[in-house]
Amino acid sequence: MNNIIILPIIIPFIIGAILLIFAKHHKLQRVISGLTSIALLLFTIYLTVLVYMDGIIVLEAGNWSAPFGIVLVADMFATLMLLLTAIIATACLFFAFKTITPKRERFYFYPFYFFLLVGVNGAFLTGDIFNLFVFFEVLLLASYGLIVHGGTKYQLRESFKYVIINVFSSALFVVAIAWLYSVTGTLNMAHLSERIAELEQTGVINTIAMMLFIVFATKGALFPLYFWLPKSYFGPPAAIAALFGGLLTKVGIYATIRVFTLIFYHDAGFTHKIIITVAAGFTMLLGVLGAVSQFDFKRILSYHIISQVGYMVMGLGIFTPLAVAGAIYYIAHHMIVKTALFLFEGAAKRVTGVSDLKQMGGLLKTHPWLAWLFFISAISLAGIPPFSGFFSKFPIILAGFQEGQYVIAGVALLVGLLTLFSMMKIFGYAFWGKQKHTEEQAKIKIGKLLAPIAPLVALTIILGLAAEPMFQYSLEVAEQIMDPQIYIDSVLKE
Amino acid sequence: MEIVMSIVIGIVFTVSVYLLLSRNLIRVILGTLTISHGVHLLLITMSELQRGAPPILNIGEENFTDPLPQALVLTAIVISFGVTSMLLVLGYRTYKEHKTEDLDQLRGSADE
Repeated sequence: MNNIIILPIIIPFIIGAILLIFAKHHKLQRVISGLTSIALLLFTIYLTVLVYMDGIIVLEAGNWSAPFGIVLVADMFATLMLLLTAIIATACLFFAFKTITPKRERFYFYPFYFFLLVGVNGAFLTGDIFNLFVFFEVLLLASYGLIVHGGTKYQLRESFKYVIINVFSSALFVVAIAWLYSVTGTLNMAHLSERIAELEQTGVINTIAMMLFIVFATKGALFPLYFWLPKSYFGPPAAIAALFGGLLTKVGIYATIRVFTLIFYHDAGFTHKIIITVAAGFTMLLGVLGAVSQFDFKRILSYHIISQVGYMVMGLGIFTPLAVAGAIYYIAHHMIVKTALFLFEGAAKRVTGVSDLKQMGGLLKTHPWLAWLFFISAISLAGIPPFSGFFSKFPIILAGFQEGQYVIAGVALLVGLLTLFSMMKIFGYAFWGKQKHTEEQAKIKIGKLLAPIAPLVALTIILGLAAEPMFQYSLEVAEQIMDPQIYIDSVLKE
Repeated sequence: MEIVMSIVIGIVFTVSVYLLLSRNLIRVILGTLTISHGVHLLLITMSELQRGAPPILNIGEENFTDPLPQALVLTAIVISFGVTSMLLVLGYRTYKEHKTEDLDQLRGSADE
């Protein structure tokens, strides 16, 4: 029965391999990949409900018992992330059907897409830190393929930098694993948590924790390691940029939250309250300032990824159940809304042909649906009630004030204001004002492009209006991950 | 033995950082190659270079060599092999498109 938790890894893997064979038949590829992503979505809904009802499911690969073999662990946090991944992967895939050129489709777009999902789902499910590294490499290799897919001059130039920074941080990941193994003699995360609780978290363990934080901060685009993100996400087409913007940095954030709640939580006064909180503050502030200074639709959105990753890590830094629950709610809100916004950028670009705000204008008059759906997502991102942005920022900032972290809470409020400013800048330039696209462009129908995005917008409204039960759920997730004993007991079965 | 290995690892890391910071495309790729070598050496050294009997088979022996780091390093080598070959192709394509291997000319501030 507990074998089913391997399905989110194995299904995309097999389907990706099958799609390699049919690389030249793009109709067939679309059918197979569309059906698979819907099946994956339904399955992850089932898994989320199952884990919520029955508790953590553990799979010991090859029946080797826990500290010796590799385990896969589906707890509430992991299944929530799987569900969110499936939602945005489905939306981006259906958007890609309409926007990716057949030439790109023939060059293994869909296999890369599913191999990326293998890595992401594996990283969420694994209970072994070396396995986490392996799944990170799987998802990164697929992402290298996708980010350079199409091979334009700009993509090649910026992808090279993206690959180099990621290879370097992966090298540091292995260094951290080598140190961790030499100190504790184990790599199973539950076992690590136990051993480190016995050893007490002192100098050398704090060093290892910080090394892992540097690695995950590079993948998750935290201060001061976010410089690779805005340029490299500008290159690929909207469907890929949306998937990356919604998904990839959040895998780094997931790993940070997992490691700093399960393993390195003993010296929270230093690691969480000082290092992580300060990094979060600078990430938020510098990310949003970058967004304010830009005049390009896609670049503004890319910089906003950075500033919002800061909120999630701020929730971890404050480290109370309320703050961590806020961070989890924020991840859910952000993954949905950010993906929607990137896809709106793609739809707007289909009409105008550009993404420079100074050459856009008047889309509200010719494409009202696009404009109003974008407006809902934009103010949701900025944190205006009754949408999900407000209810996810509120607990984080509230917890900041409760814990006496006034500076970071103040920064968070300021960043919210600046987010609203730059979102309104996009709305003002691209949708209001004089129509700058031609009459022929105004006749382009984009209803089919909006169809995959509309469910995401609906979700942000639902997450906002039904905030009470949703927040109750994230609070339960937070309580589960903040009590490492639950995780340890279910993995090691003592 | 561990001390000698540590010094060697230090030298490998120094070389790779020097290469990573250079302006030439191919040297940067060689830098990532050497840094992964350094990391693999570190991984195998950090769990002590014991010279015991092979594990599992020899029942009755007192000292065993820890097999796990060797399995880990093998996985890491395979991954870095894949990444390096991908990087070489990427570097070659970048060179073909841009007609330069000087990273200073690939900064790309013109289109901001």
